[in-house]
Amino acid sequence: MSDTDMTDTEIVAVKRPARWHILVFLAPAFLVYTAVMILPLIETLRLSLFNMIEGQLAFVGFNNFRVLFSDPRLSADFWNALGNNVIFFIIHMLVQNPVGIAIAAMLSVPNLRFAAFYRSAIFVPTLLSFVIVGFIWKLILSPIWGIAPGMMDWVGLKWAFAPWLGKPETALVTVSLISVWQYVGIPMMLIYAALLNIPDEVLEAAECDGITGWGQFWKIKLPLILPSIGIVSVLTFVGNFNAFDLIYTVQGALAGPNGSTDILGTLLYRTFFGFQNQMGDRSMGATIAAVMFLIILAGVSLYLFVIQRRMRRYQF
Amino acid sequence: MSKARSAPLRTALIHLALIAYTLVALFPVFLTLVNSFKSRNAIFREPMALPTPSTFSLIGYQTVLNQGDFVGYFQNSLIVTVVSIALVLLTGAMAAFALSEYRFRGNTLMGLYLALGIMIPIRLGTVAILQGMVAAGLVNTLTSLILVYTAQGLPLAIFILSEFMRTVSDDLKNAGRIDGLSEYAIFFRLVLPLVRPAMATVAVFTMIPIWNDLWFPLILAPGESTKTVTLGAQMFIGQFVTNWNAVLSALSLAILPVMVLYVIFSRQLIRGITSGAVK
Repeated sequence: MSDTDMTDTEIVAVKRPARWHILVFLAPAFLVYTAVMILPLIETLRLSLFNMIEGQLAFVGFNNFRVLFSDPRLSADFWNALGNNVIFFIIHMLVQNPVGIAIAAMLSVPNLRFAAFYRSAIFVPTLLSFVIVGFIWKLILSPIWGIAPGMMDWVGLKWAFAPWLGKPETALVTVSLISVWQYVGIPMMLIYAALLNIPDEVLEAAECDGITGWGQFWKIKLPLILPSIGIVSVLTFVGNFNAFDLIYTVQGALAGPNGSTDILGTLLYRTFFGFQNQMGDRSMGATIAAVMFLIILAGVSLYLFVIQRRMRRYQF
Repeated sequence: MSKARSAPLRTALIHLALIAYTLVALFPVFLTLVNSFKSRNAIFREPMALPTPSTFSLIGYQTVLNQGDFVGYFQNSLIVTVVSIALVLLTGAMAAFALSEYRFRGNTLMGLYLALGIMIPIRLGTVAILQGMVAAGLVNTLTSLILVYTAQGLPLAIFILSEFMRTVSDDLKNAGRIDGLSEYAIFFRLVLPLVRPAMATVAVFTMIPIWNDLWFPLILAPGESTKTVTLGAQMFIGQFVTNWNAVLSALSLAILPVMVLYVIFSRQLIRGITSGAVK
């Protein structure tokens, strides 16, 4: 301690008067981040309280929100998009994260051969852009090309094939599963890292007590990786309530068939820019963005202040 | 102990499951690449077969290269991605250094402020970003994309890099100070080289969402001369929906650069993810 104190005083003597370098180090990042990210966010939230009245931008309070939630035309779209988005998120939580955890658990088995290969291969879809993923699956599921029906024929399931993306009842689930396919790599990697982080002594102690295999996973490993599962869940939440690209690529801006795959991201795009015979509306766009912001903020706060606080962390 | 873990049946089942999922993950990509080299008839008749001399065809690639300006799109994507990463790394590392090295009033607050963007997506500010870009005359320029992506990448970069910079030994930096190095020299000559592995990780993390983004190119720079590969492929495919050769070739061309980078950087990326958690 005394050692650092000494050097500190030396520096104080030479440089303390004005520590301009701190400012120089911080300024560029601070300025870009504030100007391009924070201020536009605030401005968007502010715009959601304004609307055009007789050609003038005027303060309307929460009127935009009232319109969004209850206007017969717009509110139907909004509640539909919100409902779809919730389903989209639930499917990710039920399929993407358990599958990711299962793969990570298998990969972390000690001395597993080819583990690096599996890991790299399974991560490939995560790197691809939505455009690629969306079109590949559109082609595969297309009844014209016949890849999916052909493959289902091999296993005797041809009768079960349907143009899933084209039917309102199945389109949302299909699109969600495509997104799951793409993003399984993220929970897999994060959970895998957490599993590697568990010290061998803990596992050896468990083995000495006769806890192996499944029991070891459920009783020892799973409680230890809960914090990582929490992070994965909140990342999934933020990503899902902000999703747009995949739906836009696969189903277009109208998120067909018949709005059945419409989520908040596509609704925001259509409302803000307009589409076909619908006019673009900046204020309503800002209002939808504000609602998305509040939803994401609520989710993140719930995680940070409630879930994360209650979670037990183990120090090794 | 190791006997209990390596029961052969269990290992075999694990391999089976992992191979099955690997096939699920790679099959669509494989299918696209293989069929992009086949003639139209072969694509439909035998979609699963590898191209043979009689079915081999480059017609799709010819269409793509003649019709769309893919070289231009590719160039745009490359410029946007490389410049954004460079800016994120430089300014992010500088800010991370300031936060992790110096005690000053508001340090924690500044850290929290800069970390906000990890959780709040920049997309939600699109309405005002577009307005601002219009006002600044930056619509349909690559600069607008670079600015947005720099802001988007900074929060995570600063977070990861400051964690790593805390691990750089204080003795080393103080030795530098005693030798009369300025704070800038300490940052650029002592600290930066030591956090190079973390920088590589951040670069890969930053790169993927930028290269793949569709939202901002669509909104800020949809002009022909500023289209990125992702947007270009999207629009091209939209126009040529029924030309399967062209669509598959365009997809393959869009996959290629990502795969090449992944092969080069995969070790870095995976080490980054795993050590980022281990720290």
